[in-house]
Amino acid sequence: MIDVTTPPATGPKAPAKKRHRVYLPTTRHVPVLATLALLIVMYSVGVANYAGFGDTQVLLNIFVDNAFLLVVAVGMTFVILTGGIDLSVGSVIALTTTVTATLLAAGWPAGVVLPLVLLIGTVLGLGMGAVIHFFKVEPFIATLAGMFLARGLSLLINRNSIPITDEFWTEMAQKRFRFGEGVFISLNVVIALIVVVIAALVLAWTRFGRNVYAIGGNADSALLMGLPVGRTRIAVYTLSGFCASLGGLLYSFYTSSGYSLHGQGLELDAIAAVVIGGVLLTGGSGYVLGTVLGVLVLGLIQTIIAFQGDLNSWWTRIVVGVLLFAFIVLQRLVTRKAK
Amino acid sequence: MAEQAVLRMTGIKKIFPGVVALDGVDFRLLPGEIHALMGENGAGKSTLIKVLTGVYGIDGGEIHLGGEPVLFAGPLQAQQAGISTVYQEVNLCPNLSVAENIFIGREPRKFGRIHWSEMRGRAADLLARLDLDLDVSAQLDSYSLAIQQMVAIARAIDIQARVLILDEPTSSLDASEVEQLFAVMRRLKDDGVAILFVSHFLDQVYEIADRMTVLRNGGLIGEFTTAELPQMQLVAKMIGKELAALEQIEGQARDATVNERGTPIIEARGLGRAGSIAPFNLTIHAGEVVGLAGLLGSGRTELARLLFGADRADEGELLVDGRKKTIKAPRDAMSKGIAFSPENRRTEGIIGELTVRENIILALQAARGWTRPIPRRRQDELVDKYVKALQIRPAEPERQVRDLSGGNQQKVLLARWLLVEPRLLIIDEPTRGIDVGAKAEIQRLVAQLADGGMAVLFVSAELEEVLRLSHKIEVLRDRRLVEELENGDDVDADRIMRTIAGGVTS
Amino acid sequence: MTILRHRLFWPAAVLVVLLISNLVFSDNFFTIRLQDGHLYGSLIDILRRSAPLVLVALGMTLVIATGGIDLSVGSVMAISGALACLLIGDLSNPDALGPVLLVVGAAIALCLVAGLWNGFLVAVLGIQPIIATLILMVAGRGVAQLITGGQILNVHSAPYRVIGAGYFLALPVSFLIATAAVALTVALTRRTALGLLLESVGGSPTASRLAGIRSRRITIMVYVFAAGFAGVAGLIYSSDVSSADSNAAGNLIELNAILAVVLGGTALTGGRFSIAGSVLGAVVITTLDITAVSVGVPVETTLLFKAVVVIILCLAQSATFRAKVFGRFSAERADVQRADVQRADVQTADVQRSDVERSDVPG
Repeated sequence: MIDVTTPPATGPKAPAKKRHRVYLPTTRHVPVLATLALLIVMYSVGVANYAGFGDTQVLLNIFVDNAFLLVVAVGMTFVILTGGIDLSVGSVIALTTTVTATLLAAGWPAGVVLPLVLLIGTVLGLGMGAVIHFFKVEPFIATLAGMFLARGLSLLINRNSIPITDEFWTEMAQKRFRFGEGVFISLNVVIALIVVVIAALVLAWTRFGRNVYAIGGNADSALLMGLPVGRTRIAVYTLSGFCASLGGLLYSFYTSSGYSLHGQGLELDAIAAVVIGGVLLTGGSGYVLGTVLGVLVLGLIQTIIAFQGDLNSWWTRIVVGVLLFAFIVLQRLVTRKAK
Repeated sequence: MAEQAVLRMTGIKKIFPGVVALDGVDFRLLPGEIHALMGENGAGKSTLIKVLTGVYGIDGGEIHLGGEPVLFAGPLQAQQAGISTVYQEVNLCPNLSVAENIFIGREPRKFGRIHWSEMRGRAADLLARLDLDLDVSAQLDSYSLAIQQMVAIARAIDIQARVLILDEPTSSLDASEVEQLFAVMRRLKDDGVAILFVSHFLDQVYEIADRMTVLRNGGLIGEFTTAELPQMQLVAKMIGKELAALEQIEGQARDATVNERGTPIIEARGLGRAGSIAPFNLTIHAGEVVGLAGLLGSGRTELARLLFGADRADEGELLVDGRKKTIKAPRDAMSKGIAFSPENRRTEGIIGELTVRENIILALQAARGWTRPIPRRRQDELVDKYVKALQIRPAEPERQVRDLSGGNQQKVLLARWLLVEPRLLIIDEPTRGIDVGAKAEIQRLVAQLADGGMAVLFVSAELEEVLRLSHKIEVLRDRRLVEELENGDDVDADRIMRTIAGGVTS
Repeated sequence: MTILRHRLFWPAAVLVVLLISNLVFSDNFFTIRLQDGHLYGSLIDILRRSAPLVLVALGMTLVIATGGIDLSVGSVMAISGALACLLIGDLSNPDALGPVLLVVGAAIALCLVAGLWNGFLVAVLGIQPIIATLILMVAGRGVAQLITGGQILNVHSAPYRVIGAGYFLALPVSFLIATAAVALTVALTRRTALGLLLESVGGSPTASRLAGIRSRRITIMVYVFAAGFAGVAGLIYSSDVSSADSNAAGNLIELNAILAVVLGGTALTGGRFSIAGSVLGAVVITTLDITAVSVGVPVETTLLFKAVVVIILCLAQSATFRAKVFGRFSAERADVQRADVQRADVQTADVQRSDVERSDVPG
């Protein structure tokens, strides 16, 4: 056996014979671990400073209030892993909720409306993915057009907020899974967690998932290696669109209304969650778990501000901005070291 | 008893607007042979390969694989038909693990999900066949390019390729890695794989290839067995003329006497950078050509970059004209009259989108600052002068420089630096991957410049080139300057190799 | 180059179509009348209302030319208007020209600092521009609201009002400011070597640095420039309504500006840029908004209308689209094929050896 002249710079060092591996964090894991650390620190600060912060329900409420964002962010993760971006997700939520409310108000049965609205984002995502792949339009521009389209359509359908009074919807909105005295989660949370698990499994255990990482790593190489780059790209945008629609559905449960101004700026929140969660915006590196942590961080910020009471909501923006800065610098340091 | 060719291409035509890239080329590949495709840049080699791998379609002719006619719509079909290609840039995904890179697209599955442990096991076995012991779970980009190339070959083998195309595989390998590669190739050959090998290194071609096909200007010159075609004849066929030009230069450079008693233009004392190059001493005088010789990874480029300020030194000092100077950025070096033409001309040299003219005047303009633009008329004058002097083809200054061939791009780069009239010109691998004719021109130019009083620091992997041009040769090994040799009759390639192998000799 | 393939053809064509459709629906669309020494008319309206977008698009063009992007311009607009209105509110005499000028200067200065921040992140820390400017985009609006205390600040200042709503020599002041900005940008980029250096940095930052270009300095410069122009745009906007609304100011303008730049033919990846194109793009987008109203398209549909036009324009500009749909023009096909191949290209001579040698070094 000829020895490799260059030892690998990163990676768990394990002599080939040993069966058990000691867990050593690779540089790729550092960003996610940093997010986890931040989360723990923030939570501790909250518990230390505010009465009642340590209640389990406070933590669970973050999930309850942000379940829809989590679903959207999961879809965004796929897109960003391929090195792309999807600016249309907020507008798709608006369109989804508006169509839902309008159809339900017109008397359509819930069983028909539900699958129908899920198609909205899916079809839009499919269209954007096709334009991006076949006509080589930049994802930024194509999804920007998608954003205008979706928001425009929903404004066209109805400018006003439409309450949803459908029985099925109300039931879903009020459904609670209780784990004891005053501790509960909503249906949205369950759905979101299912989505997270499926996404994580797909990314880690399917060829499609690995292709996503490959394209993010080097799309030209992926093409030359014979990977189905086109199909995969279109699929991730379709997936993101589906997640946006599903997010819209969850949002309609959460707010019991349809409004064309819903989801304004939500794409930014999703992107922030993904970045804070350690997924590289250049693609090819990151985990769904990171996105979950990212959403938790965002939710925790809002919770702390709410508990503080005397801070105005715009402080959220400033804090998120600062956090983004910190994480981006961290990502930069980590990738620079790895080189 | 004629062997049935595994690959037969007949009458291949490929036309781009304004250019006939391939004009009725025939090519055949027999099973279990190593076949070299020879020809200068622009001869049609890479077009032929792209046609074969499905990147391009053809405008005429036929391709038969294993006796069956085939037509590839893309790289995937070519791969599925059994043609695997390992490209020079190792087209793999740096963010995935070694095992994944080998198997991606065909990962072994159990109950619909990827079977990771089987994948890792098979990857390790595959690499063992190539005599490699790697951590297959490690990220690909934690390994050197040479190793990455082996991984690419491992992937190709596993796909049960009938035809393996290796496109300039040895450009970044050192001697031992080349031998390793050749051992693998011979093993594959014994297994009946047909290997198509493209390389500019004639010695290597003669060492490994059984037969060769020569192209020139898009047309087929001939198909020969290695044994029946001596090197000089091959080169003559490739460029279509005799090769006395290269020999002429040899005498020229070494004859020039150098006034070593003057103050050196540049003197490095203990200059070094951690992790990059150990502290070294070096002096260069006007009119001197100093060659840097050493294997890949020995630190030649790092040394050159330190002198130019492309990287910052951690220790030591640099004297320019006898006075201590700090050079922190390329701008500083330029203001002292130092110019640097980098090795990687495509990503660090030319700006593809801009025109030939813009690329040429760029350094001069940068030195003047943005507030003092060079008048257009003067630009045209200067560009015209250098296009003619260096014979840049096509002679169209408003053409985008990315449309030019590698050799002409190199000339554009040289023109850029000559324009600032440097006192010291540092050129890193200027003739790599360039056809023989252009190589001779560039080498002649370097000798001429030295004659005219310019100092040249010349980095090259080809020892013959270094020997031909340099007054003195700095030998590097493992990121350390180990010896300085005055070029003379007692210095030849063997002596340098021995120095590299054995370290300092007295 | 045939007129059809000139990159300004399609945006110009769309503009003409929009203007003509306006004419169909309102006969006096092209009439301009002089009243009280001011010019009035729908065309003048377009000139006046496109000023902020033109300013932002100018800055965005230069940033995009270097291969970057600036998402924070909207927030910078908000900050600019917020600070100006806050300071004017504190003036003892808001109608005095001198103090108002100082306030304007202060607002623009703050924006220049914001631009420095962006430039620092991108050029010194090496952070990807889309992420770097995302920070200020998110935090900036919070800062603007901090300045206004969450309220909409109203001001009553005659000199301040001139910026966005005034007239000079019969023409709207905002239009004049925009024109001056265009002239300044053209002079800065084409009369000096700055344009070439920008295109070089955008084409290949590494090669530019090795050619001796001070990429860092130039990169910081363009972000400061973009922020400065965004600041002026913010003043125009806030002055027009004599108030500062930190939520609405500059809302979505970064997206419109990027669109304007792309419509004008500058590629998002950087390199060659076109000032004329960006200005044209900004005018097209503004005209779109105005046309929608005058054609009688309901307000709600404006966005949709814009989306459709944008989609058509982007497809028309995509060489790949043209080649596939109008495949007859073989020159088009060849360009596309060549571009396709360049992306999956395997040139036989160049290798990332420097990267390799550096990755060989542990740590």
